[in-house]
Amino acid sequence: MSALAPTPGIPRHGLFYRLTRNKVGVAGFVIVGLLLLMTVLAPLFLDSTIPGDAQATWQAPSADHWLGTDNAGKDVLHQTLLGGGTVIYVGLGAAAITTLIAVVLGSLAAYLRGPIDSFLLQTTDIVMTVPQIVLLAVLGSFFQLTSPTVLALLIGCLSWPILMRSIRAQVLSLKEREFVEAAKLLDLGTSRVVFVEIVPNMAGYILINFIIAVTNAIYALVGMYVLGLAPLAGANWGIMIRKAWTYGAMSLPEGTLFMMAPVAMIALLQLGLIMLTRSLEEVFNPRLSEG
Amino acid sequence: MTDPKSDKAPLMALRNVSQVFHTKRGDVPAVRDVTLTVGAGDVLCLVGESGCGKTTTARMAAGLARPTSGSVEFEGEDVDTMDSRRRHEFRRAVQFVHQDPYASLNPIRSIFGTLSSPLRRHGLAKNRAEAWEQAKALLERVDLTPAENFLPKYPHQLSGGQRQRVAVARSLTLNPRLMIADEATSMLDVSIRVGVLRTLTRLRTELDVGFIFITHDLAIARYFGTGGKIAVMYLGRVVEYGDAHEVIDNPQHPYTKALLAAVPDIDPDQRHTHDPGLRSVDIPSLTALPSGCSFHPRCPLYREGDCDTVPPQLAEVSPGREVSCHVVAGDAAERDGAAR
Repeated sequence: MSALAPTPGIPRHGLFYRLTRNKVGVAGFVIVGLLLLMTVLAPLFLDSTIPGDAQATWQAPSADHWLGTDNAGKDVLHQTLLGGGTVIYVGLGAAAITTLIAVVLGSLAAYLRGPIDSFLLQTTDIVMTVPQIVLLAVLGSFFQLTSPTVLALLIGCLSWPILMRSIRAQVLSLKEREFVEAAKLLDLGTSRVVFVEIVPNMAGYILINFIIAVTNAIYALVGMYVLGLAPLAGANWGIMIRKAWTYGAMSLPEGTLFMMAPVAMIALLQLGLIMLTRSLEEVFNPRLSEG
Repeated sequence: MTDPKSDKAPLMALRNVSQVFHTKRGDVPAVRDVTLTVGAGDVLCLVGESGCGKTTTARMAAGLARPTSGSVEFEGEDVDTMDSRRRHEFRRAVQFVHQDPYASLNPIRSIFGTLSSPLRRHGLAKNRAEAWEQAKALLERVDLTPAENFLPKYPHQLSGGQRQRVAVARSLTLNPRLMIADEATSMLDVSIRVGVLRTLTRLRTELDVGFIFITHDLAIARYFGTGGKIAVMYLGRVVEYGDAHEVIDNPQHPYTKALLAAVPDIDPDQRHTHDPGLRSVDIPSLTALPSGCSFHPRCPLYREGDCDTVPPQLAEVSPGREVSCHVVAGDAAERDGAAR
């Protein structure tokens, strides 16, 4: 067999090469990276209580206040720089919960079939039918949704069914592959077969859907703030939009920036995340990286 | 068909197993009333053309499919009624090598990962270092050397023959007593095929592993089945059974004869002399099987009367040889009568 031993051949493209060959994807990484850096660094340099100056409300941009001030005389730039923390934390947290639930339930439902599958499908139907925003409104009026972790849990626990369905569909096809049958023949046990043999084959798909879940969770969170379903404590982009709305910033020319700055940041973060998935697709889909 | 050598129960026995698939176009009886046995260290070759039920038979023997009727016995015990401990034993003792080495290895796991997980799972290796040594020994056993070079590789870095060797090594991880190879060499290049066959033959003689070897290639059946048995299948039934060389050198059933006549000859002058003598080349559909003997619409020995009405049973026509044919069995009976 020595004559048939594998030849070194062309060196395979490394992970870094494939991550960076898509320009759009690289731009996405840069945008998201800068926003994360800003969120981490801002509290170290700025006073996170953001003291207001009642004498200087609705100021136009100036050397002191680059983006002007809001209704309470608080600096808009400071609020914008500090306001990403909660949004990104809740976005990542909710997406992690959603993805975890979807992957575990979806793959087990598909692999085990039978009554477990029907039960889980029924559950997804119910969760999908519950109008999210109404449920959040009800919960928001009963409980003080101040903790970002609770918010992440809530959003995460409501948004998994769609991803669960598509994971289930993929596992239904993957589990018929011969290598899965081979693993069963070796008596490796259900959890190993599902989570070691099958699920890693969908790693790329799961990661890309995780990123999409982040964007969805951010929209859900900001929506909650804008609708006033979560308490307006502290400063984050969602709360800024809500305040700009309630204090009539859109009717004031000086208020435009207070309204637009958080919107721009959210839009930028979402854009960055979506662009970044392009590079991830490149990494996980070998067919794309060939060309 | 039980092994006369020993009184104990054979390693694997299929008793009157049938498998019917229910499809939209009707029930498909893929395997009908097949009885076969394999003893420890024995080899049984299942041969026949596509769709004759050889793979389905093998899958039932491996416990991958449950027979619709009949029973699969492992060491004399019905697999269906085994307790869970025995079931696990059966699961580990009977391994299956798939046809396609491109589909049977997990693309995202290294060769070491593929080989080590059963070793670790079943406590054959206590730690990574032990698993590494054992995986190395397994690769050496299937002639993949130097083994250290192959262990960290991924399936896409290997050739078809190398992958199939890895698949064989994987099925050896749990020290099986019976290996079922489903066309294990048919996807491989001819030049590599002999190497893999040689490896399998060595495993059989060195490790005393029983084999059920499925192939449509009679030359391979003859090579691999040396000293073993051959069962020829046609439309879900065994039509001829006997010692490998006997069956191939001196076929009795008209279907076996036709199958052998279909093997192309290297000598161009001989090419046209092999007329199988079939009355029809079309294989009947499994959903609309002919009455009586399933082979009668094509059979050159066909005679009116029992062939198209009574399904023939496997009957011994000479010691160790069973044929399912009214005509051949009748002739044999006449011969016996004349001899007496």
